[in-house]
Amino acid sequence: MRAVITVIGKDRVGIMAHVSSICSENSVNIVDVTQSVLQEFFTMVMLVELPAGGIPCGELADKMNVLGKDMSLEIHVMHEDIFNSMHRI
Amino acid sequence: MSSILAGDDSGGKKPIMLLRESYKGSGAFTLLNMSDIMETITMIEHENLDIRTITMGISLFDCSDPDIGVACDNVYDKIARRAEKLVSTGNEIEKEYGIPIINKRIAVTPISMIAASCRSHDYARFAFALDRAAAAVGVNFIGGYTALVHKGFSCADRQFLSTIPEALAGTQRVCSSVNIGTTRAGINMDAVALLGRIIRRAAELTADQDCVAATKLVVFCNAPEDNPFMAGAFHGPGEPECVINVGVSGPGVVRAALAKAGDCDLTGIADIVKKTAFKITRVGQLVAVEASKRLGVDFGIVDLSLAPTPAVGDSVARILEEMGLEHCGAHGTTAALALLNDAVKKGGVMASSHVGGLSGAFIPVAEDEGMIESARCGALSIEKLEAMTAVCSVGLDMIAIPGDTPAEIISAIIADEAAIGMVNNKTTAVRLIPAIGKSEGDELSFGGLFGTGPVMKVNRCSPARFIARGGRIPAPLQSLKN
Repeated sequence: MRAVITVIGKDRVGIMAHVSSICSENSVNIVDVTQSVLQEFFTMVMLVELPAGGIPCGELADKMNVLGKDMSLEIHVMHEDIFNSMHRI
Repeated sequence: MSSILAGDDSGGKKPIMLLRESYKGSGAFTLLNMSDIMETITMIEHENLDIRTITMGISLFDCSDPDIGVACDNVYDKIARRAEKLVSTGNEIEKEYGIPIINKRIAVTPISMIAASCRSHDYARFAFALDRAAAAVGVNFIGGYTALVHKGFSCADRQFLSTIPEALAGTQRVCSSVNIGTTRAGINMDAVALLGRIIRRAAELTADQDCVAATKLVVFCNAPEDNPFMAGAFHGPGEPECVINVGVSGPGVVRAALAKAGDCDLTGIADIVKKTAFKITRVGQLVAVEASKRLGVDFGIVDLSLAPTPAVGDSVARILEEMGLEHCGAHGTTAALALLNDAVKKGGVMASSHVGGLSGAFIPVAEDEGMIESARCGALSIEKLEAMTAVCSVGLDMIAIPGDTPAEIISAIIADEAAIGMVNNKTTAVRLIPAIGKSEGDELSFGGLFGTGPVMKVNRCSPARFIARGGRIPAPLQSLKN
């Protein structure tokens, strides 16, 4: 399945590196990423592929939440279907 | 290489056709736009978008037994077995999709139908069994301590109705409802008279807990059989063995969308509500299908409702005010609500494969922060609320009335509301809370989703003789509609 990871917060060194390492440690493949910094405000949207039989989406969300708390960032991990169903007919 | 999450923060959309081609056939993924993603997250994080309830409907027809003890055990066992994974599955979906699912609940076959074959008339024992089963599977409410008496009473029904106050006062999670009228059958005024007394009794038995038992009792006209919302949920006799119904919510999202729109005309307002309702309902549809798949249970319906909570930013009244009313309850409120209710349905219908339940904007006074304020400042009266119920779902809901209100006035309020439902071929309901020991201007505080109820003024002219007549109000004509 695919999930969308969103990261919002004050810009600092290493945000992408930390998020990516959690993905890599859990065999989660990054399919696409888009990121911007506006007035020190960091936003990133990452599309990832979770391996079949690998880490469940909920567990990845937990790990990202821990990172989010450590780095004072708002990180969400959500199944891509929620966006597809809301914004695509 | 450009991002497939193309787009920019200002909301512009730049779909990149080449990449779209390259993703064709690679699964469900379609082009996602960054501003769309941020919109969804804003709705959830800041505008209180949530799934209000996943409600599992369970048929109890195979649980009846002449021995009430055996019947109650059957009921408990069946609910505990069927709903064993309801809460954990709801929690899984919540986490995976990142959408809050506020309540997981259960609706069962009207207990009066199961209890009728028992030799004992101590029907409240069923309520205690339901309460234990609900606690065992971890749901906060279970609905179905219900009787359908719109055309008359079966032999057990009167006895069953008389146990409702005791059943609600003695349990935490059980909800009760009674259908006293339909468009096809008319209104059972004997039941209406009885329910005035039952509502008072329920409040009196829990006077030390802000009369909470009355918050768990709904009197319906044209009750839907697949409603997922409490306190009126039950699993109708025409429903399948087990089913998942989902109720969505999102008054905050609608209000925020209207606020962003600024000074557009009312056609524009209706359009915005439709689009927002579509998005909200799509999430409900997704969750409903996913929950029914994971639980191995039929998908029933999505209830297209705007269900408020007492939280700031989750109010239906504030949507009406956003349209341009100083307070909910001002003249113009009924028109604004009619527009809102209709647009919610129009937007939602296309977003879901099966729509049902109550489907419309709810106006429960104690559960809506904006309505509480309007009632406190005197802008909102019971008479205005009654007019509003003619154009929206559901009825006079969560209204605290003075504790000395006589039973026949409560019955007459029920009769008025049922007449609106009967004649207009829609569901109406009454959930009044007589605030025992309190009077106009005082407040009841229920906590949680049930909120705070300012005690509202009631017209004290006596309808006693009218209510005492009993009998049935005949079903209305369905043609010659002018």
